Amino acid sequence: MPMKIGSNDFKDRVEEGINDSFMRKAVAGAQERMGSRRQDAADQLGNWEDWRSHGEEIRQHVLEHLDYYLKELSDNIASRGGHVFFAQTPAEANEYIKNVVESKGAKKVVKSKSMVTEEINLNSYLEEAGCEVTETDLGEYILQVDDHDPPSHIVVPALHKNKEQIRDVFTEKLGYQKTEKPEELAAHARAVLRQKFLEADIGITGCNFAVAETGSFCLVTNEGNADLVTALPKTQITVMGMERIVPTFVELEVLVSLLTRSAVGQKLTSYITVLTGPREQNEADGPEEFHLVIVDNGRSNILGSEFQSILQCIRCGACINACPVYRHIGGHSYGSIYSGPIGAVLTPLLGGYEENKELPYASTLCGACTEVCPVKIPLHGLLLKHREQIVEKEGKAPISEKLAMKAFGLGAASPFLYKLGTKMAPTAMNPFVSGNTISKGPGPLKAWTEIREFPAPHKERFRDWFKNREKDGDA
Amino acid sequence: MKVALFATCLVDLFQSNVGKATVELLEHLGCEVEFPESQVCCGQPAYNSGYLKESKEAMKRMIETFLDAEYIVSPSGSCIAMFREYPHIFKGDPEWEPKAIKVAEKSFELTEFIVDVLKVEDVGAAFDASVTYHTSCHMTRLLGVRKAPMVLLKNVKGLRFTELPGKEQCCGFGGTFSVKMAQISEQMVDEKVCHIEETEAEYLIGADAGCLMNIGGRIQRKGKPIKVLHIAEILNSR
Ligand code: SF4
Repeated sequence: MPMKIGSNDFKDRVEEGINDSFMRKAVAGAQERMGSRRQDAADQLGNWEDWRSHGEEIRQHVLEHLDYYLKELSDNIASRGGHVFFAQTPAEANEYIKNVVESKGAKKVVKSKSMVTEEINLNSYLEEAGCEVTETDLGEYILQVDDHDPPSHIVVPALHKNKEQIRDVFTEKLGYQKTEKPEELAAHARAVLRQKFLEADIGITGCNFAVAETGSFCLVTNEGNADLVTALPKTQITVMGMERIVPTFVELEVLVSLLTRSAVGQKLTSYITVLTGPREQNEADGPEEFHLVIVDNGRSNILGSEFQSILQCIRCGACINACPVYRHIGGHSYGSIYSGPIGAVLTPLLGGYEENKELPYASTLCGACTEVCPVKIPLHGLLLKHREQIVEKEGKAPISEKLAMKAFGLGAASPFLYKLGTKMAPTAMNPFVSGNTISKGPGPLKAWTEIREFPAPHKERFRDWFKNREKDGDA
Repeated sequence: MKVALFATCLVDLFQSNVGKATVELLEHLGCEVEFPESQVCCGQPAYNSGYLKESKEAMKRMIETFLDAEYIVSPSGSCIAMFREYPHIFKGDPEWEPKAIKVAEKSFELTEFIVDVLKVEDVGAAFDASVTYHTSCHMTRLLGVRKAPMVLLKNVKGLRFTELPGKEQCCGFGGTFSVKMAQISEQMVDEKVCHIEETEAEYLIGADAGCLMNIGGRIQRKGKPIKVLHIAEILNSR
């Protein structure tokens, strides 16, 4: 599975995350910073809930009419002389891109940040074909230099590294000799990247939104690197997930505003670039040749399913910044380039349950993600739906759990059994009780009592007290 | 006013003191409290684990039990949030959906009921101690009850309140999450306990038995001197 990262065992990955105190400090700090900035930006806009509903409506509308907008988009790109390719699988997308690269005799590729190219694992594919691929987003560049360390956050890919660690990576890999000051680190990267931009034959970008009506696409960045990726090389390839469309510029404005506020707490980012097709005769810059690769990779299976709303996602990362589980385990624990709540919902859909069966359970269903999502995806509800799928359709739940839940169903269906069960509890638990607490519980209680005390069941249940009280005429 | 008490399974079995305080408090406020004997569990443990079929059995029993009640009140935000989910769960079911709506509409979390229905903001309680309060995710995010407990606590005589840092952050309970993902849950509850300690409060108060069992269990295990009480117990102190 291309988007898979890290060791195979979920528990091992989590253990590693929990023990990485640098990462945890960085994540907690970033969550607090980004969370409060997001809140301020939302408050500043006013009527935030109305904006969210509007964003949701736009995204739902597009998904309901995706075939129509995809056709409109590709017709408009073709009419301007651009090429459009629909890739059903990562392999098809990679193959097409490689063919374009080879047909140009290209050896050097620069890229701006794109999650979908991570999803299809484009870089290693091109590198195997003998290309030099350079990531030009600073965060992505740092990870690339650090032997392709995978991203741990969809917006801030190197979130798990602090500036000292980045300095060490630069020193070791690039012969960097200055301090860990962010300006100095950035200046060094900029000098290297400038040269790469000038030498590149091909620029590859992702796509925040494509505008169907005009055949344009929009890139939202803070570094301006995407502008160079699209302005300098002669050939440009843009890769997009097939759902990332808006009908017109009117809707684009709404979604960009929701995106920048939710992602980084900014009214607008420093650069919002809209490009339309290859360079035309009277234009001074832009690529001579333009290719749009639209990636399905399982998305059409999600359309029309009970998970459709996950395709509303605009990849802002707000859910990740609000997630208390992500806070402690970090992005790599999810074993996928998509981490946090969005990752826990999306990864099993794209990569199957077999390899990702723990992800839907890596949530307390606290709802913090759902509360911040700017397009109102019911994230924790979708995690619950995954659990239902795993239990009922996939039959992948542990037997002991199934039996316990069966018993629950029986007991709960019959008030008599239920009362009997609760009445027996104190006696059944008696061997484990010391004082009023259980420190070492049996069965499912074991995991609980490894960490915490469990209360001993009261000999007189509440319902007995109530009944006796009525009898005594106390009420 | 007649109130049917939905005690919740945790209170019935492990925290009868919370149930008692709830009854006494409601009676003090002039309500006539009954405890429908056929009540079971709201279905949440099974529902949140993905066992929809099994959980619906419990839900149907609960709907039948409480259908004719005038008001349904529970000392647990999470369980009332579950009741309010019933109409969505039974959507399109001609027999159960209308009943589910009826039950959901007259279900209230205890503090919400006191402030919004009884229109009481001062229950005449007195509690001479420093306290902090854990807000609970389901109570705040799913139920939207944020102000009621604050208003009631503010009017308790002698009570000194300190706000909990990171108060909206989950304590790591999450029902079966607490055992299934114990290693993560531990980190979450530890951060919560740290925040509680920072307030230097003598008592941690909450309105959800699940969260309190989690945080309280960890506090006890670590041998911290902080005491844990349900808000019903505070409001019933005089
Ligand atoms: S699910 Fe919502 S909050 Fe999370 S990344 Fe997507 S749009 Fe943002």
